[in-house]
Amino acid sequence: MLDLPFVWAAIIALAVLIYTLLDGFDLGVGILFPFARNAEDRGRMMGAIAPVWDGNETWLVLGGGGLLAVFPLAYAVIFSALYAPIMIMLLALIFRGVAFEFRWQGARAAAIWDRAFALGSLVAAFAQGVTLGALVQGVPVEGRAYAGGWWDWLTPFSLFTGAALVVGYALQGAGWLILKTDARVQNLAYDLARLLAPAFLFAIAVVSLWTPLLDDDYAAKWLSWPRIAYVAVVPALVAFAGVVLLRGVWREREASPFFATQALFVLSFVGLGISFYPFIVPHSVTIWQAAAPHASLVFLLVGACVLVPVVLAYTAYVYFVFRGKTPVDHEGYG
Amino acid sequence: MSGFSALDLARAQFAFTVSFHIVFPIFSIGLASYLATLNGLSLLTGRTVYLDLFNYWRKIFAVTFGMGVVSGIVMSYQFGTNWSVFSDKAGPVIGPLMGYEVLSAFFLEAGFLGIMLFGREKVGPTLHFLATLMVALGTFASAFWILAANSWMHTPQGHAINADGQFVPVDWLKVIFNPSFPYRFVHMVLAAYLTTAFAVGAVGALHLLRGTASPAVRTMFSMAMWMAALVAPLQLLAGDQHGLNTLEHQPAKIAAIEGHFEPQARAPLILFGVPNTAERRVDYALKLPLAGSLILTHSLDGVVPGLTNFPEKDWPPMAIVFWSFRLMVALGMAMIGLGVWSLYARWKGRLCDWPWLQRAALALGPSGFVAVLAGWVTTEVGRQPWVVYGLMRTEHAVSPIAAPAVGASLLAFIVVYALVMAFGLFYMLALMNRPPLASDAPAPHAPALATPLREILFPPSPDAR
Repeated sequence: MLDLPFVWAAIIALAVLIYTLLDGFDLGVGILFPFARNAEDRGRMMGAIAPVWDGNETWLVLGGGGLLAVFPLAYAVIFSALYAPIMIMLLALIFRGVAFEFRWQGARAAAIWDRAFALGSLVAAFAQGVTLGALVQGVPVEGRAYAGGWWDWLTPFSLFTGAALVVGYALQGAGWLILKTDARVQNLAYDLARLLAPAFLFAIAVVSLWTPLLDDDYAAKWLSWPRIAYVAVVPALVAFAGVVLLRGVWREREASPFFATQALFVLSFVGLGISFYPFIVPHSVTIWQAAAPHASLVFLLVGACVLVPVVLAYTAYVYFVFRGKTPVDHEGYG
Repeated sequence: MSGFSALDLARAQFAFTVSFHIVFPIFSIGLASYLATLNGLSLLTGRTVYLDLFNYWRKIFAVTFGMGVVSGIVMSYQFGTNWSVFSDKAGPVIGPLMGYEVLSAFFLEAGFLGIMLFGREKVGPTLHFLATLMVALGTFASAFWILAANSWMHTPQGHAINADGQFVPVDWLKVIFNPSFPYRFVHMVLAAYLTTAFAVGAVGALHLLRGTASPAVRTMFSMAMWMAALVAPLQLLAGDQHGLNTLEHQPAKIAAIEGHFEPQARAPLILFGVPNTAERRVDYALKLPLAGSLILTHSLDGVVPGLTNFPEKDWPPMAIVFWSFRLMVALGMAMIGLGVWSLYARWKGRLCDWPWLQRAALALGPSGFVAVLAGWVTTEVGRQPWVVYGLMRTEHAVSPIAAPAVGASLLAFIVVYALVMAFGLFYMLALMNRPPLASDAPAPHAPALATPLREILFPPSPDAR
């Protein structure tokens, strides 16, 4: 018999991973927006993500909606526990989302909404990182409800993961701009990537070393023999991807900075998965405890098996349609 | 905020964010179908006027859609933050329906939106039409799933309750096609079409009144008036059927809407009045004899329910639903009136050349949005005090959160939404204020020459000139 909660945990994890890989770079472009030298460059940066950002953000809705559908207890607990960072993230996403349409409505509108876009992207990324850090450090549960305080999420660790995710998304953004633009914008992206790439690798190292110190359970998962022999593959691959990234950035390759950053995100995510499993709310609720009744899991699984591949197919098609360098005179929505 | 409980504030926050949100999907559903129609007509006839109109409304659609997306993300997370008990208990039923909405609707819309907005040159007209059609299909699918979830909360069936107190789905077809769903779905989709028709009609009317009777403007106005004439009466019929369905499944709501405290046969229809719950009567009531029974039971002797049929703790707040319902119906009647007037004008050959008709169309421009909000207030407030009708009370659904946390986030939402709404509305009105450009014509005269709105709505009398 298929272990449905496990299958669903994998699907939700995949949705969240795809979200960080796709919305990561368009949030990153937003974070890098203030570094653009003039209006034309800003227009081009926006043009490089305008046709795809909306679809990218939908993976966040799938993560949230999917959690409600198949792990309702986790959804209820996590969202109460992380109330403030999630609310801040949502508000920030509003500002940056409407900026895509509003900025084309004239010069004054561009001045206002370009700032909203940059600030909203920065705050949303930071809040997501804080949310992740707060989840990693554990969420106390009693009965079927969150049993911690309202400021538990705010710790040095969660603030650090917030900053780390900002750096990581910004690096993805720089990689995307290297891929999708040329001339001045691409040069700017290379300059920024030379700062961001070492910073992101440093942040990954710090979080990796900090996590086992948070809790004995994490330490046992990473450092006990013989597990360490298997899980050591992850840091080894991280080191490899890091070298590819740094070479790509310094030798000004077009594709490797972006894809090496994506690989680092995938590996970090695998690392998180090793730390989390079998919990969905660390140290409190396992995926089997949080799972919805069998009928709910089966019903949505049928749809997911049919529709997720279809979604991936037409998402790929849309990226294919908008392949190549973004033209300088991108017209925008207006 | 010390006077409000976390429950009050969470309810206020939900009411505020969902009311703000619904305005945009309504317009998106209607506009997406309109854009698909225009795109298809352009492909079919090769007339440039349809493409010009497509490009004109495309920009307004983009702003509408973006605002719908960002306000919608808030909704999908708010269940967890403010209504965690509801999420835990009803998640197994509601969640998969919303999961299907994301998978079958949101991705479809968001995926093809890029091609619809920017990709015509890249993919060619036929694929561009298909992309537009996919976006329109996505809006439909979205309405289907979210209304299935909402309708289940009104008329729950097809579930059991497990040891943890969770609603467990037993028969998904029964859950989805619950008794109120077909009525709600039809009523809502027609409402989206009507709302869009009146918004489009108002923009057409505005430019006609300013003397820009270009083919695009005339086509826009004429298409909108066809929709008004055909769909508004249909909506009356759909609304009546939905009302009968509500009478069967939620009689307390009907009693509150009608202003009936005592059940009665040969009941009058209370047109207007002031509900007085303390004294259990409607003051200053203007009544139409027998019409209440006639409308609700389609028979003069039919017995219609009163609130006293139910324990007082199960009463919905009468004053709100009484008024919101009347507002919705009054606007619906005005829409039917304009539709009939437009048919007469068309027959007389004066459709685009009858300033008072255009002024009326302009004035009714926002009517659909107001009617939709009034309708949703009626049905949702009328469901109270239940969140899942008859099974789970709203007061038992809220998160174990402190009032200050909900109050602070509510305040933040109000400030942010007001700001975003103000800018969005301003940009949308600015786009509508410009006449559609003809692709083969030079740019039209500057908007500075345009007649101010005030003079169009309230023309100076000939004597004053």
